Amino acid sequence: MEITPAHYTVLSAALFSIGVIGVLVRRNVIIIFMAIELMLNAVNINLVAHARYLENLAGQVFVVFVIAVAAAEAAVGLGILLAFFRNKETVNIDEMNIMRW
Amino acid sequence: MVEAIVFYTLAVLILGLGVAVITTPKTVHSVVFLVLNFLCVAVLYIVLRAEFLAVIQVLVYAGGIVVLYLFVVMLVNLKQAPEAHEDPRRLARLGLVLSGAVLLELAGIVVYSFGRVTPASAPAAPGPLTGMGNTEELGWLLYTDYLIPFEVASVLLLVAMVGAIVLARRQS
Repeated sequence: MEITPAHYTVLSAALFSIGVIGVLVRRNVIIIFMAIELMLNAVNINLVAHARYLENLAGQVFVVFVIAVAAAEAAVGLGILLAFFRNKETVNIDEMNIMRW
Repeated sequence: MVEAIVFYTLAVLILGLGVAVITTPKTVHSVVFLVLNFLCVAVLYIVLRAEFLAVIQVLVYAGGIVVLYLFVVMLVNLKQAPEAHEDPRRLARLGLVLSGAVLLELAGIVVYSFGRVTPASAPAAPGPLTGMGNTEELGWLLYTDYLIPFEVASVLLLVAMVGAIVLARRQS
């Protein structure tokens, strides 16, 4: 049984879909952030697997950038969440409608 | 054969822990499952000969980002779970349909491209990259071909750091 790039792509697609389910179904903002991290990880698996099988390291370089952006996103997102929580005492995304017109 | 066993074990762990992250009612448990998920992905990187990324995954994701999440979970001390006072599965059906559509789309891409991604048959022409370790090659690429994106990423991290502090600071 040989493991092909398609196997990694399927794993990546499944993990990405789990992240999409998390974002769409859960109402807790912290868990939605974690689901976004799951999706970023799915993309990273894809990039690393294809970097390996195409023998081209550019994919791994992009994973470094994705990780940097994920760290930035987590820091800013959780900062916004804390600022919001101080005002409204909730992390329920249905109640985050102060900027909705 | 060994690679297959390792791959399937890791795949089951990654997917199972991913499902656990989004289904556990308690947020702290979600974070713990997320750490385990990241560690399994790091092992997968080692299988894929990306040792440097495996270390970065453990340091930045499992070490840094998850600690950030834990701090926020502790600071946001909720009396009740945010989904307790309403039907938590209100949007579950729509969410499952939409994410099923995403999965189908991705599966279509996989089926379409099956067999078209072929491993490079011959090793690339000997350039400056041969005979180096993974970290050395990656560093070479980052500081030559991808120097400007690398610097932009560092500026992005600085902006994010300042932004996070400004946002989370208590207004007096």
